[in-house]
Amino acid sequence: MEAFGEIFQYILSGFSTGAIYALIGFGFAVIYNSTGIINFAQGEFVMLGGLATIFFINMNFPLPVSVIFAIATATLTGVVFERLAIRPLKNATPLNLVLITIGASILIRGGAMLMWGKDTHVLPSFSGSDPIYIADATILPQHLWIFSITVLIIAASRMFFNRSITGKAMRACAYNREAAGLVGIDVKKMVLFSFIISSAIGSLAGIIIAPLTMSSYDVGVMLGLKGFCAAIIGGMSNGAGTVIGGLLLGILESLGAGFISASYKDAIAFIILLLILFFRPEGIFRKDETERV
Amino acid sequence: MKKSIFLCLFMLAVMMVLTAGPAVAAPPVKIGALFSVTGPASFLGEPERNTAQMVADDINRSGGINGRKVQLIVYDTQGDATKAVQAANRLIKDDKVSAIIGPSITGDTMAVIPVVEKAGIPLISCAAGIKITEPVKKWVFKTAQNDSLAVSRIYEYMQKNRINKVALLTVSDSFGSSGREQLVMQAKAFGIQIISNETYGPKDTDMTAQLTKIRGTGAQAIICWGTNPGPAVVARNTRQLGLKIPLFMSHGVSSRKFIELAGNAAEGISLPSGRVLVANLLPSSDRQKKNLLKYKRDYMKRFGTEGDHFGGHAWDAMMLLKTAIEKGGDSPAAIRSQLEGIRNFSGIGGIFSFSPQDHAGLTKDAFVLVQVKKKNWVLMK
Repeated sequence: MEAFGEIFQYILSGFSTGAIYALIGFGFAVIYNSTGIINFAQGEFVMLGGLATIFFINMNFPLPVSVIFAIATATLTGVVFERLAIRPLKNATPLNLVLITIGASILIRGGAMLMWGKDTHVLPSFSGSDPIYIADATILPQHLWIFSITVLIIAASRMFFNRSITGKAMRACAYNREAAGLVGIDVKKMVLFSFIISSAIGSLAGIIIAPLTMSSYDVGVMLGLKGFCAAIIGGMSNGAGTVIGGLLLGILESLGAGFISASYKDAIAFIILLLILFFRPEGIFRKDETERV
Repeated sequence: MKKSIFLCLFMLAVMMVLTAGPAVAAPPVKIGALFSVTGPASFLGEPERNTAQMVADDINRSGGINGRKVQLIVYDTQGDATKAVQAANRLIKDDKVSAIIGPSITGDTMAVIPVVEKAGIPLISCAAGIKITEPVKKWVFKTAQNDSLAVSRIYEYMQKNRINKVALLTVSDSFGSSGREQLVMQAKAFGIQIISNETYGPKDTDMTAQLTKIRGTGAQAIICWGTNPGPAVVARNTRQLGLKIPLFMSHGVSSRKFIELAGNAAEGISLPSGRVLVANLLPSSDRQKKNLLKYKRDYMKRFGTEGDHFGGHAWDAMMLLKTAIEKGGDSPAAIRSQLEGIRNFSGIGGIFSFSPQDHAGLTKDAFVLVQVKKKNWVLMK
């Protein structure tokens, strides 16, 4: 019974971190699916979300207003980034674009460091910090916020990408840029849209996790990489794949820390990433793609 | 006649040079400083740099050391051992300093030691690693309290309160592993059994897995060794899991920032700390109290934040140098032998007594145990 309680707590803890990874991974997938770019600045949007919310709260705005302002700040950063660094490039190869996103992430991180210093900052919990008991295991009210917002975001974006014209147009761009252009889709606009969506989602992820993990200018690096792992496990899908990828990663990390050693926690994530890239680069859930010639 | 006027003028000129000379041309005492002002250890280097500059300015405002101004030359090591060595060479060869204070971290200090030993320039390190002064090196001193003293303080308390099964949770960087080494090494002497020995990464944001594991072991207390923000996460996770056993931290988080980060979860946590944190709570019989209060006040006035014990390491290094130079002049050899002779020097980090066998100069009395009560530090009996 004792051992069962322990395992249950590991899984529950893993579930909570996994949900965060899923939400961040989701931001990667959105941009990838409409532009073919892997945006390594994704983690910085997460960081911006958390720090900007704290910034606005310290200016005595109420929490909901601060959250909206913070998302707006991060989204604006995403737009400026796309306009100044991605759009001006003509015929850039995916590799160039990926390198540019890495450069942008360093720039954004540096800016945040100058703006908010190197200290760690805290965001108060949305609804208290008294633990909730489920059987023998505990979670915090903030975890419930994370679960529900993750589910909401993913449901909403599924609707958007599968039902709305704009969503479908964005998918078309990812599939074939030229053809999408030929049927009258404004490809550039769709790319901009994808940056708006992913920076907004990224910053939201940063905001809901900040009360748990705290925030500083450099939290985006690790969270971004873990989110990337989640997205890769899920095969860069816009839906359930990334969610399952994130949860799987979170639970494996937590079980690994519990039963093997916490020193290998990050190693576990990256070993999974490498294995997936070696053996199933299309992700573990995606069926092999058949290309029509 | 003309000749005598000339002679008079000449004499006058000579006299002017003789009288004005020493006042104008007395060369300043050059002190070098190596701090990790930027980089991962900037939380050490920045207050140290600020404090050293503040002390130098104070000395100069009140007439210098034996009438000679102090010139402080600071280089940033960025926490990088290679840069620390380059900067040390520059201080010795180009700037020709009489003594060096810093570096801020143990890694940088160990790299710089061969350089100063070879050049014969006294170094007062502000890093905590025990291997800096053990074994004793001729030219190397230090002001930061050894980790071993903090460990003794905690264990002493545990022994008194019959806690003999503890779980360790240490950060996987040099601070954590040095603390862990000491915790493991000293356990036996205090009759303490380590029944769980876990680590976490410096950037980890969730330690519930480790703490769940510890919960299953039946430990009577947890000792967490790290610097912000990790220990704050540990505190929050402990509370989340409803763990009721006492949580001890290291002196690495003895600042107001920790309480701010951990919030309600900080309540009841105990840790060893330099006296500067609780200066106003000390009994007025405490010998350090006056200096501590003055340091905190001065730092607040100049930099707008509270002076902490990290800055205190630089304060101690500067004032020790001042004491040594006042007594024996500023030749490196004289400074070294004067430093070695300093006894009962009341500083920020503790009461220093150096000797040819001890270049660290502190005892475990340099630490007091403090606890968080109602978002504030209180002294533990």
